[in-house]
Amino acid sequence: MRDAFVRALMERAAADPRLVLITGDLGFGVLRPFQEKFTAQYINAGIAEQAMTGMAAGLAMTGRTVLTYSIGNFPTFRCLEQIRNDCAYHELNVKIVCVGGGFVYGPLGMSHHATEDISVLRALPGVTVFTPGDPSEVEAVVPVMLDTPGTCYLRLGRGGEPRVHTSRITDWKAPEALTLMEGQDVAILSAGGILTQAVGAGEELLRCGIHAQVMSFPCLKPLDVKTVSELGRRFRHVVTVEENTVVGGFGSAVAEVLAEEGSGCRLHRIGMQDEYSTIVGTQQYLRACYGMHAQGICDRIIKWLEE
Amino acid sequence: MEYRDGMTYEAWVHAAFEPGKPDVSDPRVLAWLIRRNGLEMTHVSHGSHVGAVFSLAEIMAVLYTRVLRVRPSEPSWPDRDRIILSKGHAGAAMYAALAETGFFPVEELRHHYADGSHLSGHVSHRGVPGVEFSTGSLGHGLPVGVGLAMGARMDGAPWRTFVILGDGECDEGSVWEAALEGNQFQLDNLIAVVDHNHMQSLDFCEKTLKLEPFDEKWRSFGWHVLRVDGHDTEALEKAFEDAAAHRGSPSVIIADTVKGKGVSFMENNILWHYRTPQGEEYEAARRELEAQRP
Repeated sequence: MRDAFVRALMERAAADPRLVLITGDLGFGVLRPFQEKFTAQYINAGIAEQAMTGMAAGLAMTGRTVLTYSIGNFPTFRCLEQIRNDCAYHELNVKIVCVGGGFVYGPLGMSHHATEDISVLRALPGVTVFTPGDPSEVEAVVPVMLDTPGTCYLRLGRGGEPRVHTSRITDWKAPEALTLMEGQDVAILSAGGILTQAVGAGEELLRCGIHAQVMSFPCLKPLDVKTVSELGRRFRHVVTVEENTVVGGFGSAVAEVLAEEGSGCRLHRIGMQDEYSTIVGTQQYLRACYGMHAQGICDRIIKWLEE
Repeated sequence: MEYRDGMTYEAWVHAAFEPGKPDVSDPRVLAWLIRRNGLEMTHVSHGSHVGAVFSLAEIMAVLYTRVLRVRPSEPSWPDRDRIILSKGHAGAAMYAALAETGFFPVEELRHHYADGSHLSGHVSHRGVPGVEFSTGSLGHGLPVGVGLAMGARMDGAPWRTFVILGDGECDEGSVWEAALEGNQFQLDNLIAVVDHNHMQSLDFCEKTLKLEPFDEKWRSFGWHVLRVDGHDTEALEKAFEDAAAHRGSPSVIIADTVKGKGVSFMENNILWHYRTPQGEEYEAARRELEAQRP
């Protein structure tokens, strides 16, 4: 996803000399093509996320679109107040980019597990939250994000993820949800890079004769309320999947819509259940530990459908 | 609309100049008006931070009379100098300077802290012409100033960026992150001023987190350091000239000031960080200020 992001960004940077990318001293190798081609539009702010975000606000005040780039929780939690007060309150064109959402940096330990960012950023007024699910969604989301006024948050996965969408996504508009699989037995709603597992679960369920509707939400705030409402009316079981705490995150956002609609469906939220991971491991290992890998999602859905 | 004793707010705070009018182009007059309004605004609102407003008065007055290239009738003039009051709790000083120099009516100052007002205790850009940036949480202004200065340089724009910091504010790590960046990017179009009143919220700075050797800290961070008496308008003006002419690095003016300056019982008294001037204390402070009217 990060490579798709850099490619999409470079396309825009060539057309818009007022686009500036600031890194918090991270992105070794990944950002090099951008740095080499757009030297005047690239800044390394050092390991100083608060000042990086404040600097971004200041640059945005001079009529620029400014991206801050770092990994895990660094571009968000370390400088959350700068995002809130300096960027969002001033309605500045700052786009905060996190590489390593969820358990991408699983072996590196809890400090590098970005598992609450969606919940926290979603709570900030004036912040649009994008959670693309695969490189194709990144390619669709980045130009839309750059055209979205104000402060945005972009949660990316890692590099080298497979494409889940089989064809290029065209004419995507925020906050439209995207359909990956059609079905009538259960709806699986996914936000972010966990999409591979949501689709994997859908395929596994199919082998068991269960037809799942699998949808990706590349934009989490604002939420595609229309689609969520429709799914709540159509399905008896709605399942949300996120590599994030279920507290305040994607599942919460869906729950708010379904509850306010008076939907009679059952909602099941898969994600971190209000805890930190104290163990380390690869992203896939940790996903399995917390029941958010394809098989885990599939098994839980079968159980819920049988209840 | 009557404010007090048959007078409007403006007539009340300008009463010491009757039958004439204050000459707000004189930095000593504007400094006095900042104090007089600061006292009145914190009185009418039962607000805090009068001590910080008083320590800042000359710095703010010299900026608005001698240094800043701004247009009160055109607050968004593209080539205006940018100013951020990073110690946002002294917002009354900026509101007073802006109103007295014509950005908005002086009469509006009576609504400081009031229900539905934009004149928040901590300085706000929303609905207040001339305020560039809202602050209140400390340590935010200098990083934003760095970004502004970088943007101006990228554009080849002539305007400068000024950031007013408190000394207590320099406890915040983000100030020093920005200090590193200002040096790294050689932002000589960025000028910081520290209102060094030697006190912070609960005690003297040196008894809280030692800042000394303060000049040396900034110098070691690569900044051009000027140290002045922050109540001497001529010395301040000269320091700003020196800072503006300096090339190759950002400048910081460390302005030694007295918290509560101008009212004997408020000076160097930590009580007046939060205490609001009411009753006989308000009357006594007003008498003292009026006796000093330039």
